[in-house]
Amino acid sequence: MAWFRKEKKPRQPRRERLEIPADVWEKCEACGHTDIREKFVRNFNVCPNCDYHRRIRASDYCGILLDDGTMEELELDIRSIDPLSFPEYPARLKKATANAGEGDALLAAAGMMESLPVNLGVMDFAFMGGSMGSVVGEKIGRLGQRSLERKHPLIVICASGGARMQEGVLSLMQMAKVSAVLAQLAERRIPYIAVLTNPTTGGVSASYAMLGDAILAEPGAVIGFAGPRVIKQTLGQDLPDGFQTAEFLLDHGMVDQVVHRRDLKHTLSQLLRHMSGKPSATGWTAS
Amino acid sequence: MATATMEFEKPIYELERQIDELKKLAGEQSLNVTDEIAPLEKKLVELRTDIYRSLTPLQRVQVARSNKRPLTDDYLRLCFTDFIELHGDRAFREDAAIMGGWARLDGETVMVIGHERGRDTKENLRRNFGMAHPEGYRKALRLMKLAEKFHVPVITFIDTPGAWAGLGAEERGQSEAIARNLFEMSRLETPIIATVIGEGGSGGALALGVADRVNMLENSVYSVITVEGCAAILWKDGKSPEMREKAATALRITAPDLLELKVIDEIIPEPAGGAHADHATTAASVQETLVRQLDELRRLKPDKLVRRRREKFLRIGQYAE
Repeated sequence: MAWFRKEKKPRQPRRERLEIPADVWEKCEACGHTDIREKFVRNFNVCPNCDYHRRIRASDYCGILLDDGTMEELELDIRSIDPLSFPEYPARLKKATANAGEGDALLAAAGMMESLPVNLGVMDFAFMGGSMGSVVGEKIGRLGQRSLERKHPLIVICASGGARMQEGVLSLMQMAKVSAVLAQLAERRIPYIAVLTNPTTGGVSASYAMLGDAILAEPGAVIGFAGPRVIKQTLGQDLPDGFQTAEFLLDHGMVDQVVHRRDLKHTLSQLLRHMSGKPSATGWTAS
Repeated sequence: MATATMEFEKPIYELERQIDELKKLAGEQSLNVTDEIAPLEKKLVELRTDIYRSLTPLQRVQVARSNKRPLTDDYLRLCFTDFIELHGDRAFREDAAIMGGWARLDGETVMVIGHERGRDTKENLRRNFGMAHPEGYRKALRLMKLAEKFHVPVITFIDTPGAWAGLGAEERGQSEAIARNLFEMSRLETPIIATVIGEGGSGGALALGVADRVNMLENSVYSVITVEGCAAILWKDGKSPEMREKAATALRITAPDLLELKVIDEIIPEPAGGAHADHATTAASVQETLVRQLDELRRLKPDKLVRRRREKFLRIGQYAE
């Protein structure tokens, strides 16, 4: 009888059980899809399930858009002050700096994009909602100046709730300031591209966001002059589905393309090459 | 938001009423009351001067919004001649929140463009209280380009709570319309003079405000956001007078504030008791300022004019380095 008896060995797991600590899981804010963080990160922080574009930091955009090792951050020493002695502003600035870094709401950089030299401004929503004050205006102004001097294209990635209230009318005037710089670029035929990410509203949308030689938007980004809450308030009724999304703006002729973050770099580089008379980065391609 | 009567003006109304009654009484009983009235009228001027010298920022907002103040339409009548209104943006429709057309200032042709909010309710509604849709800004730009084409200066009047926030405005690109104006005004090859005559509300105001000379009437205000909006966002209370006053003070929106911040070039004084107390005198001051500034600007060649205008806006901002 014993010939078919199986010898009992202690059960050995085939391999070490994959231990996944709870904190590597991430849940998509839009669809609830849960996946390991690495998958989100490798997918440019876009949900692998529903394509929801998560908010990322300014430095992440530089990593996505600029060729490895070519990024040079500019205008590092410029800081916001409290020109109006506005209540609680110094404290808010301090907190924002602690949370989001010293760069204020805009990271200014120079680098190569598919071997093409560019100047890149990226707004950082983490710094006081990406609000535009004197520093943001001045940094874009200087990037524009650099573009004028070197004849390098300018790209600005927008993410902002609008002008920074705490700097009052000085913030408002940054709209005019940046627009004046962009007019100079236009006259010298230096390409400028605006990329609108979630959200792009208020004073930023009503100035450099809408002045690109090409305007691209990330899928699902909320883009508009007045925020949805304000419009709801003035109208006293609910807003239609999809109102003020990137796709809505595309339908209404306000942006050139809605581009997945994965394709952003190549699309930008293609556009810049068309506009500056440079050959294609990949040589001749079909279609 | 326009206030028919302003609380702080009550002593003025009271004195005016007394003078009127005295005059009426004198008329009925054919008495000579000149000796009694003269000191009262002198007192009235002093009272107006006193009250208007010590206005709080929030009171200035009220004055700036008053529907008794001279509006763009009034300045057109009082400072200019030969006005011919031009309508429409040639793309979508006419927007009565901004009016404009050819006119003569001191005999010379200019293009006048201004927000017009309307004096009574019917006009307020027709003109959407001076809150323009994209087509309003596009009409304004069309007129500016027209002026540039014929080497004619542009005179703008700013008087708006802000650009309209609504479905149609967003669909038709409110942001783009404002941005385009800022862009084009910064390089328009003809003199531009902008004057804030009432409320200069945010982007909707700036869309007529990128100019070689920016003036503010003494009791006008110019702000990145309404005091109500600011108080609501920061202190969750946009209604109470205390919070509105706090916001009005913090935002630094009065003419002297903006002069100090180097955002405007000149303050145009108002008569005692504010512009609404005497339209003719106010308009005369405005006219004098415009004529003088235009005379200076006409001397500059277009490229130099544009360069100076640009440099002026590029300098605005305060930061540490």
